Amino acid sequence: MEFPHLLSLVIFLPLIGAILTLFAPTDRSVRVFALVVTAFTFVLSILLWTEFDPSRAADLQFVSGDFPLISADIDVRYLVGIDGFSLLLVLLTTLLGPIVVLSSWSYIKAHVKGYYTLLLVLQSGMTGVFCAFDLLLFYIFFELTLIPMYFLIGIWGGERRIYAAVKFVIYTMVGSLLMLVGILYLGIEAGAAVNSGVFTTDYFKLLSFDVPLGMQTWLFVLFAFAFAIKVPMFPFHTWLPDAHVEAPTGGSVILAGVLLKMGTYGLVRFCLPFFPSASASHALLFAILAVIGIVYGALVSRAQPDAKKLVAYSSVSHLGFVVLGIFAFTLESLQGAMIQMINHGISTGALFLLVGMLYERRHTRLMADYGGIARTVPWLTFFMVLTALASAGLPGLNGFVGEFMILVGAFGSAAIGSPILVGLATTGVILAAVYLLWMLGRMFFGPVTHEANRGMPDLNRRELVVLVPMAALMIILGLMPQPFLRVSEPAAVRLLETIERKRALVEEGDLDGMRVLQQDGNVQAAPAPGGLIPNGDQDSNPIP
Amino acid sequence: MELSGAFDNILADLSGGASVLWLALIGILLIIWDAFKNDDAALPWVAALSVVAAVVLEALRLQDTTTTAFFDLMRVNGVASFVSIVILLSTLLSITLSVPYLKGIRHGYGEVYALILFATSGMLMLGTANSLVTVFVGLETMSIALYILTGLVRSDEGAVESALKYFLLGAFSTGFFLYGIALIYGATGTMYFTEMAGGYAARELPVLFWAGVALFLIGFLFKVSAVPFHMWTPDVYQGAPTTLTGYMSTASKAAAFAALILVLFYGIGTLPVAKWQMPLALVALVTVVLGNLLALTQNNVKRMLAYSSVAHAGYVLIALAAGTSEGYAGAIYYLLIYALMNVGAFGVMAFLEWDDKEGRVQMLDSLSGIGWRRPLLGVTMGVFMFSLTGFPPFGGFFGKIAVFAPAVEAGLTWLAIVGVLASALSGYYYLRVLYVFWMRPIESADRAVRERSFPVPRLSAAVLVTCAVLLIVIGFVPFVRDMTQAFFVGATPAGLL
Repeated sequence: MEFPHLLSLVIFLPLIGAILTLFAPTDRSVRVFALVVTAFTFVLSILLWTEFDPSRAADLQFVSGDFPLISADIDVRYLVGIDGFSLLLVLLTTLLGPIVVLSSWSYIKAHVKGYYTLLLVLQSGMTGVFCAFDLLLFYIFFELTLIPMYFLIGIWGGERRIYAAVKFVIYTMVGSLLMLVGILYLGIEAGAAVNSGVFTTDYFKLLSFDVPLGMQTWLFVLFAFAFAIKVPMFPFHTWLPDAHVEAPTGGSVILAGVLLKMGTYGLVRFCLPFFPSASASHALLFAILAVIGIVYGALVSRAQPDAKKLVAYSSVSHLGFVVLGIFAFTLESLQGAMIQMINHGISTGALFLLVGMLYERRHTRLMADYGGIARTVPWLTFFMVLTALASAGLPGLNGFVGEFMILVGAFGSAAIGSPILVGLATTGVILAAVYLLWMLGRMFFGPVTHEANRGMPDLNRRELVVLVPMAALMIILGLMPQPFLRVSEPAAVRLLETIERKRALVEEGDLDGMRVLQQDGNVQAAPAPGGLIPNGDQDSNPIP
Repeated sequence: MELSGAFDNILADLSGGASVLWLALIGILLIIWDAFKNDDAALPWVAALSVVAAVVLEALRLQDTTTTAFFDLMRVNGVASFVSIVILLSTLLSITLSVPYLKGIRHGYGEVYALILFATSGMLMLGTANSLVTVFVGLETMSIALYILTGLVRSDEGAVESALKYFLLGAFSTGFFLYGIALIYGATGTMYFTEMAGGYAARELPVLFWAGVALFLIGFLFKVSAVPFHMWTPDVYQGAPTTLTGYMSTASKAAAFAALILVLFYGIGTLPVAKWQMPLALVALVTVVLGNLLALTQNNVKRMLAYSSVAHAGYVLIALAAGTSEGYAGAIYYLLIYALMNVGAFGVMAFLEWDDKEGRVQMLDSLSGIGWRRPLLGVTMGVFMFSLTGFPPFGGFFGKIAVFAPAVEAGLTWLAIVGVLASALSGYYYLRVLYVFWMRPIESADRAVRERSFPVPRLSAAVLVTCAVLLIVIGFVPFVRDMTQAFFVGATPAGLL
C-alpha cells in the first residue's frame, strides 16, 4: 500500500488539530483551522475509499499499528484497520466532520475555541471506534467520545443542558463499565484457551475462541446491554431525546449521525461473532424490542410539538430497523442494516441541520411558531422536503433501500421466525411518513401564520455548501446503492458464516459436555489473505 | 551475634535505608535552621531538593532485585524503591503546591516542611517494612507528624477539632494494631513477614493467629480509611490545609497500602487464600459502595474528595482481595496513579481559596463557572475528575483495569461488577464538579472566589500540568505497568530473605 499509516493519520489528525487549535489567536482563525483539518481528513479518507479492495472486503485492510498498548505482558495492542463494515462508517464520520464545523459557524458564538477543540477530539474518538481491532482499544475510543460530548451538550446546549449531559454520560457509562467487566472476563478466558494463558483482547484471537454456551449468555448480556443503551433501544432510549434536544446543532448531528451507530456497529462487530449462540437465542427478544422501538418511536414523534424532539424520537424508530436487521441473521437484512446506518446518519443528520438552521433564524423549535414558510424560504423548504422524504423511505431516495432490505430479510428470517412481528415493523415506515409529512405540512405549507416568518432569510452560501453534499448522497444512495452494498457484502457473508460455524461447534460441543472446545486448525476465524470466501450471490440485492 | 559484626552489618546496610535516614536528617537540619532564621524562604526548597535527591537514589535502584536490609527489618530495591518513589513523588508535588498556598493563608511556617520530611521518612519505613516492628515505628513516625500538620491552622476551631479527632482515632487504631502484632507474635514466634507462614505452620495456633491478623488488619484499614473505619476521614480531610490533605490522602495511603501489600505477599497471603479472602472482599465491597454513596451527598468539595478517597481505598482492596501476584501488582500501580490524581485535585481546590478558613467551608456551588475565569485550574481539574471516574484515556482507567482484572481472574467477578457499578455512581459526583466549573454561568459564582482566590505561581502551574500530562500518557507507557508486574509475578514470596 502506498500510504503506510493512512488510517492512523485519518484517526489522529483531528486530535492533533485539536491540540493546535488551542494556539489559534482569534475565533475566526479557530473556525477556519478546524475546517481545514476536518476537510483535509475527509480528503485523506477518500483515499481509503479509492484504495479499498472490495473483493477482499471481508479482510482487514489499511492495517496500521500493532504494538503493545498497556503492557508487554498482556496482549492489548494498538491495532487499527478497516473492513467492509468499517469503511462506510469511517467515511460518514469524516464527511460529517467539515459539515458540522460549517454548520456551527455562526451558531456557536461563545467559547468558540473550546467548542471546536472538543469537536475535533470527538471526531478522533469516533473514527477510532470504527477502526479498532482490539477490544480494549475499541473501548478506549468508545469512552473517549463521551468526554467531549458531555461538554458539548453541557456548555453549548439548551436550557436543560446539564440534566441532559449528565444523564447521557451516566446512562452510557453504566452500560460500558459493565461491558468492561465482560471484556476483562472474556480476555482472561480467551487468553487461557487460545493465547497460552496471556490475557488478550486481540479481535482475531477472541474471534477464534469459541465461548462456551453458559458463558456466552451472560457475556452477551453485558455487551448487548452497553450497545443497546448506545443505540438506543427501547426501553433504554430515554437519554436520547434529552441529549438530542439540548445539544447544539453540531452535537445533535454527530450524535444522530455517528454516535448512535457505535452501538449498532458494536452489536455487529463484537456481539454477533463472539457470542453467536446467545445472539441467536436472544434474536426474538431483540426483534420484539426493536419493533416496539420502531412503532413507539414513531408514535411519540407524531405527538411532539417541538421539531427537534420529533427528529430525535424518529431516531429511536429508525435505529429499531437497524437492530431488527442485525438480529434477523440473513444476508439481506444485515446488508440493509449496514446501509441503513449510513442512510440514517445522512438523512437524520440533515434533518437536524435544517431544524438548527430554522432555530438560528427564529430561535424557536416549536412547529406552531412556523407555518407556510415555503414561500419565504423556498430553498430551505426544498431541502427539508427532500430530506423528510428520504427519511420516510420514499423509493428512489436512500431511506428506502435500507428499510426495504431489512424488512425483506427479516420477513424470511429463521432466527426471528415471526412474520407478524415483521409485519408490525412495516407500519413504522407508514408512521414515519405520517409524522414527517405532518411536520412538513404544519411548518412549511399553508398560509403564513406568523408575521415574524415573513422576513426570514433563505439559505446562505455556507448553508448550501453544508446541505448539497448531504442531498446528493441521499439521491446517489437511493438510486444506485450497489457500490456501497458491494463493500459490506463480503464482510456480511463472512460474518454469517462465522456465526453459523461457531454455533454448530459450540452447541455440539456443549452437548458433548465439553467446557472449552479444542481448536482445530481449520477454523478460519482470522481473515484468510486473498479472500477465500466467494462474493455471495448478486441476486441478494433487491434494487435493480 | 557479635557486636562488632552487627555494627559492620549496619554500616553495610546504611545505603539501603539511605532515603529514610536522609530525609530525617534534613528534617532535623531544617528545625535547627528554622530556630535561627525563622520561617526562612529557603526552607521549603531545601526540603524539596532533598526529596528530589531521594527520588533519584530510589530510581537508580528500581531495577535491582528486591532484598532486605538491617537484619531483615526493611526491604530495599525493586518494589521497595517503587513504593518509595510513589511516596516521594507525592511529597515533592505537595511541597511545591504548599509553598504558595501556605504563604497565602499565612501559615507558611518553616516547621511545616520539617514535619513533612519526618512524616515522609516514616512513610518510607512503613511502605518498605519487612517486620511488624518496622511497620509500627514507621506508622507512628508518620502519624504523629501528620496529627500536627492537620492542626496547622490553630486559629480555626474546625482545624483543631479535626486534628484532635485524627489523633484520638489514630491512637485508638494503634491500640488495635499493637494488640494484633502481639497476638501474631504469640502465634508465630516471629515479627518478620517472611517467617510468618512458617511460624504459623509450626505452632498451629489458628485462633490466636487469625485474631491477631484481624486486629492488625483493622489497624491498617483505619489508616487507609476503609469502611467501617473511615469515620475520621471527611473531618480530617476537610479541616487540614488543602495541599496537605492532598499529601495525606496520597502518600500516607500509599505507604499503608504498600505495607499491607508486602505483609500479604510475603506473609499472610502465602497461607491458603480461602482463609482471608472473603473478609477482605467484603470490606472492599462495603468500602466502594458506601464511599461512593456518601460522596454523592456532599456539597463541600473537600468532603466529597474525602469520601472519594474512601472509595478509592475500596478499589485497591478489590485487587488485594484477589490475593494473586497480579492483584498486588495492580494495587501498587493504582497507588501511583491515585497519587497523581488526588494531589492534583486537592491542588486545584487549594488555589480556589483565599484565607485559612475557606477550605473548610467552601461549597461547590460557590465555584460556578470558575473554569472560564481560571482555565488552567478548570482544565486540569477536568483531567483529574475524569481520571478519578475511570475514563479512558486517563490513568484512572488503566488503574481500574489493573485492579479489576485480577479480581475477575480470581473468581471475584461479582466484586468487580459491584466495583464498576460504584464507579458509574462516582461519575455523577465527579462530573458534577465539572459542570459547576464549566457549565454554570460565571455570574453566579461567589464574588470572593472570582476576585480574591490565589493566583497560581508558575511552578505550581507546572506541577498541576505535570500531573495532568502524566495521567494522560501513563496508560500508554507499558514500562510502568510492566515494572509493577515484574515485582510480583514470578517472584516467589516464600524464603525470599
